[in-house]
Amino acid sequence: MAAEREPPPLGDGKPTDFEELEDGEDLFTSTVSTLESSPSSPEPASLPAEDVSTNSNGRKPAEVVLDDDREDLFAEATEEVSLDSPEREPILSSEPSPAVTPVTPTTLIAPRMESKSISAPVIFDRSREEIEEEANGDVFDIEIGVSDPEKVGDGMNAYMAYRVTTKTSLSMFSKSEFSVKRRFSDFLGLHSKLASKYLHVGYIVPPAPEKSIVGMTKVKVGKEDSSSTEFVEKRRAALERYLQRTVKHPTLLQDPDLRQFLESSEWFEEKQQQFENLDQQLRKLHASVEALVCHRKELSANTAAFAKSAAMLGNSEDHTALSRALSQLAEVEEKIDQLHQEQAFADFYMFSELLSDYIRLIAAVKGVFDHRMKCWQKWEDAQITLLKKRETEAKMMVANKPDKIQQAKNEIREWEAKVQQGERDFEQISKTIRKEVGRFEAKRVKDFKTVIIKYLESLVQTQQQLIKYWEAFLPEAKAIA
Amino acid sequence: MEGRQEAGKENKPSSTSVDPQGDSSLQVEISDAVSERDKVKFTVQTKSCLPHFAQTEFSVVRQHEEFIWLHDAYVENEEYAGLIIPPAPPRPDFEASREKLQKLGEGDSSITREEFAKMKQELEAEYLAIFKKTVAMHEVFLQRLAAHPTLRRDHNFFVFLEYGQDLSVRGKNRKELLGGFLRNIVKSADEALITSMSGLKEVDDFFEHERTFLLEYHTRIRDACLRADRVMQSHKCLADDYIPMSAALSSLGTQEVNQLKTSFLKLAELFERLRKLEGRVASDEDLKLSDMLRYYMRDSQAAKDLLYRRLRALADYENANKALDKARTRNREVRTAESNQQLCCRRFERLSDSAKQELMDFKSRRVSSFRKNLIELAELELKHAKASTLLLRNTLVALKGEP
Repeated sequence: MAAEREPPPLGDGKPTDFEELEDGEDLFTSTVSTLESSPSSPEPASLPAEDVSTNSNGRKPAEVVLDDDREDLFAEATEEVSLDSPEREPILSSEPSPAVTPVTPTTLIAPRMESKSISAPVIFDRSREEIEEEANGDVFDIEIGVSDPEKVGDGMNAYMAYRVTTKTSLSMFSKSEFSVKRRFSDFLGLHSKLASKYLHVGYIVPPAPEKSIVGMTKVKVGKEDSSSTEFVEKRRAALERYLQRTVKHPTLLQDPDLRQFLESSEWFEEKQQQFENLDQQLRKLHASVEALVCHRKELSANTAAFAKSAAMLGNSEDHTALSRALSQLAEVEEKIDQLHQEQAFADFYMFSELLSDYIRLIAAVKGVFDHRMKCWQKWEDAQITLLKKRETEAKMMVANKPDKIQQAKNEIREWEAKVQQGERDFEQISKTIRKEVGRFEAKRVKDFKTVIIKYLESLVQTQQQLIKYWEAFLPEAKAIA
Repeated sequence: MEGRQEAGKENKPSSTSVDPQGDSSLQVEISDAVSERDKVKFTVQTKSCLPHFAQTEFSVVRQHEEFIWLHDAYVENEEYAGLIIPPAPPRPDFEASREKLQKLGEGDSSITREEFAKMKQELEAEYLAIFKKTVAMHEVFLQRLAAHPTLRRDHNFFVFLEYGQDLSVRGKNRKELLGGFLRNIVKSADEALITSMSGLKEVDDFFEHERTFLLEYHTRIRDACLRADRVMQSHKCLADDYIPMSAALSSLGTQEVNQLKTSFLKLAELFERLRKLEGRVASDEDLKLSDMLRYYMRDSQAAKDLLYRRLRALADYENANKALDKARTRNREVRTAESNQQLCCRRFERLSDSAKQELMDFKSRRVSSFRKNLIELAELELKHAKASTLLLRNTLVALKGEP
């Protein structure tokens, strides 16, 4: 079938076809077809993945089974292109044979002269290996399911939430099975992010399912008829197929946005939200406890003042027994004022200070989450830069500026490393945060429980003292004859 | 805000004891009261078998101004100069409470609906408490009059109790208020003058003692009353503080996913109950202590007024004596001077006798009232402290029992 294709003449004024193609970007990297670069008859396929020969140790490209589609396209693509192959040069200068537009394996356009660089800039060694190892069966051991459509909210603000379940044995993921809840707009958002990054460099980013105002409105309004359930089911299936296609794309699979969409960054979002709420409520509680402390101090002061005036009144009183009782009352009130003062201290030092400590601690926790986001951003930025560098390399190749090409290649290497590092850092910080949050929460529970119990015990103490004082006073009052 | 109350015995803040002297021939009570915007209408019900009245049981509606009119009528009546006139009830004042309710209404969007409901509840309870107190104060005033052997026979009192129509005693206008104010100043100045009068000697140790005593006592009880009010306010503030605390703890509890959930929720409940207890402590202190002190502050002022009147009578007597001497030396108008002197003497002696009795009654009334209220105060404080302890202990057990 390849023979049927008319390779557009290259090199004679049609560089444009390939300019846009990113250096190493393959749509079907692992299934890369090596197209016949020369007009010679294509040999039946042994289709080494071009990307296979990545390692400098010169691994023998393993065979990769192609998808049906691709097999059709590239069944007869034969040319083995190895990174080390010096034959590349001639390949390039002669007719590159792009197959069917737009599927143009960039292998031809992308002279992997040097060794290490791999076609897809964002596929890293280890995952490459993994992918290679999937000899038979699924191309990448990753399955996405979209299930459990659930209506959230009501009225016109309602939306459907779908459960996105990922099953994978790829080690790039931290778990083998995980799921998140996503809504339709999240899928659209993912697509738009991927499209903005990859479409313009020639990757076929699978399109997301279409919006449907009518369909969705019916659902929102709550019509439980067959047409709306059918709509939801159709959509669910479409979303599932969309995600399946997207993850089967090795380049897209590496994308941080896709990873975030699939993965339990929900844990992080949840936790962040939790800490935000905790922060808010602790602040409120702290403010009200401070008011309590203040008012208790006032109560203490007012009680002391009253005690004095009761004593004065007792002195004035000319009925002896009443006079004595009033003096006793004054004494009781004085002791009670002391009690209130001590309680105010307890309010403050136990309760209030605990709260303010934790408010500060939570600020630190929030900071750590922010760092993670920065880390993620750095990773993403590195990846975007890498894409740009590849673009540059392709341009240089086309413009045939060997010195610039070299520089471009150097930069590509540099940025590939940065992307790798970025991903590692991100994963590391995520792991650390999970552990730390667990530790923090355990400590928080303990701290609060301890302090609450101590504080309540102080309140009990105060009440018991009050009982003692009033019990002592009562007979005095009764003694007034 | 409208309020209605059926004033039964249990509603009375019994800070003052009115001893009916076992005589039930005239029973007065405020059977109903309605608060309308800025005035309160009291339904005064009388039960009496006295021949003077047309019926044995009847009621009229009176407003605060009419009570004041009655009080002033007594004060200005020479016949009662030797008696302690029961202090007039204070004007019903819902201003502060109403303002607070209004402020709450305009409110603070940061408080939850629950908090708002609780605060509203608190303010409404406060309003109701003020309402009940004003009813009680007006009732006690009438009951003291009804219990006093002399005062109960006053014609104006009968009119007040029986006359079906409005007594048309409008509130004092500015001039009258000012006049009243000036009269007080004149009175104090006069009193100062009298006491510094040479030759005016207090012949009776009893009265000498009473004067010194009452002067000091009145000042001190006024202080004590003010400060007791402040203590009560602090307790209320404290109780109010528990509202946002409880709300925040409740939210925290709902949000938590770990063991702190139950802890926070239990704490929220605890503080809600403590709030109610603290509120009761505040209101009991108010009734048993503040109100009692306030009443005796007024009563001691009434006693002071009596002493002043007696002193005035003494001064008049002294003056009459001097005038008689002068008349005798000049041998002119001796008869008139003599009769005047006799009049003053009799008046003074009458006043002194009745004042002595009144002051002794005042003392025994005071002592018995203090006794009752202090005992009740102590008992209530104990009750609340024990309830708090129980509550706290139960919560502690529950919290400690948690894993």
